[in-house]
Amino acid sequence: MNEPRDIEEILNPEAIAEGVGELARQIAYRCGGDEVAFVGIHTRGVTLARRVAAALEGHGLRYPVGTLDVSLYRDDFDRRGPDLPSLAGSDVPFSLDGIRVVLFDEVIYTGRTIRAALDGLMDYGRPAKIELAVLVDRGHREIPIQPDYVAKTLGTTREQHVKVRFQEDDGEEGVSLETPHKSTAA
Amino acid sequence: MSELKPRKDLLDIEGLELPEIEHVLSNAVPFKQLFQRSVKKVPALRGKTVLNLFYEPSTRTSSSFEVAANRLSADVTNFTVSSSSVVKGESLLDTIETLQAMRSDYIVIRHQAAGVPDIVAKHTGASVVNAGDGYHAHPTQALLDAMTFREVHPDYEGRKVVIVGDILHSRVARSTSTLFNKLGIEVAVLGPGTLVPGGRHDFMKRLRSWDEVFDWKPDAVYLLRVQLERQEGQFFPGIAEYHKMYGVNTQRLARMRQLGAYLMHPGPVNRGVEITDEAMRYERSLINTQVENGIAVRMAVLHWLQPETDTN
Repeated sequence: MNEPRDIEEILNPEAIAEGVGELARQIAYRCGGDEVAFVGIHTRGVTLARRVAAALEGHGLRYPVGTLDVSLYRDDFDRRGPDLPSLAGSDVPFSLDGIRVVLFDEVIYTGRTIRAALDGLMDYGRPAKIELAVLVDRGHREIPIQPDYVAKTLGTTREQHVKVRFQEDDGEEGVSLETPHKSTAA
Repeated sequence: MSELKPRKDLLDIEGLELPEIEHVLSNAVPFKQLFQRSVKKVPALRGKTVLNLFYEPSTRTSSSFEVAANRLSADVTNFTVSSSSVVKGESLLDTIETLQAMRSDYIVIRHQAAGVPDIVAKHTGASVVNAGDGYHAHPTQALLDAMTFREVHPDYEGRKVVIVGDILHSRVARSTSTLFNKLGIEVAVLGPGTLVPGGRHDFMKRLRSWDEVFDWKPDAVYLLRVQLERQEGQFFPGIAEYHKMYGVNTQRLARMRQLGAYLMHPGPVNRGVEITDEAMRYERSLINTQVENGIAVRMAVLHWLQPETDTN
């Protein structure tokens, strides 16, 4: 991760706050009267879910937030490098049976993380419906999974890297698009 | 993410580095949380095969590994070699060749001879987990003991554990005491003079009586199983004598209760030898927790090791 790269700031803290507000509005509009629970994917999906849940309290909607660690559901176990996954564990302290679940991740890319998360969710119960909310959709899906709620759609190339930083997880706030210099790109 | 050298085998505790121990023990916690769900299984090792190769009978350990592998969605084959057909020398290598042909990804092995898991590990790309070899090592037992002790004492450093019984013949004593020592937990031993080795584990304080044990104020009393099948009558006068000298009876239990000391035992328990029926019901007994944590720790170990069958 130390190779030279261009960094372009895509969302500043205010734009992230607007994005969170936008997700909250969309969810309130479509889920209003239903029994709804949020589940965030570790780590930043959890932060996003908590922020949207906090925003919805302003609309008089209180949704519980669970957390999901998808490491044990991934399909790239054989391809792990020297970075061994430290498991964060999942915490879904409510029943998912028969309710409407909104799954949160900060970025959707290939869709494989979401695929793993769906498997994980099903092991906690049988929701009536599962939807997906993301802060950034950067394209390049490898499986047919699409988000239902999106704050920002971003055209990217595969070489680029979308980096979301949240105050709670990273000590700073912003979304950047990082492009490796051509000379060092594989 | 923690950066660790990939490790193929788990053969003993001595060879482990602290970050590796922390990695396994901290990952065991979320694995244990899975046991609270109605679906206790995750697909992490789907399509992998685990061979349970037991040259010594052990229902508990082999079942624990089997449950751990099942909960990771691996396929398990149990291969129990009767103790009468002791396999040595060439025939061991023949067995390894057979195993190679089976293309297992993980081999869990228990053998009565120390060092056999090391030999198997050198001859196969599969990850080898030592499930007990002779008097040498039983690393997953040590890890589950550490997990169990740390659950009741998160501030475990500087705490004290006394191991009671046949230290000499116990791979549990050897692995667990080594791990506790690495983690900064003080270890003392109490046992018949003939069954406590001198010199090898200098870090272990030698106590000579239960009075000395209680004066030392241990945070846990770890009873070893008297291995009746291994040495009856040779190293101590008899079962009744052993119980009288080293067993946990009503009086000793009362003093443990005063101290708030926890009780640990690797199982299976010989009631009336190491411990009385009454002591088995002690409210600070961690024996059942040890069994549950054994599964979580073995899941964390299988998840951590990287077989060389992965990369082509």
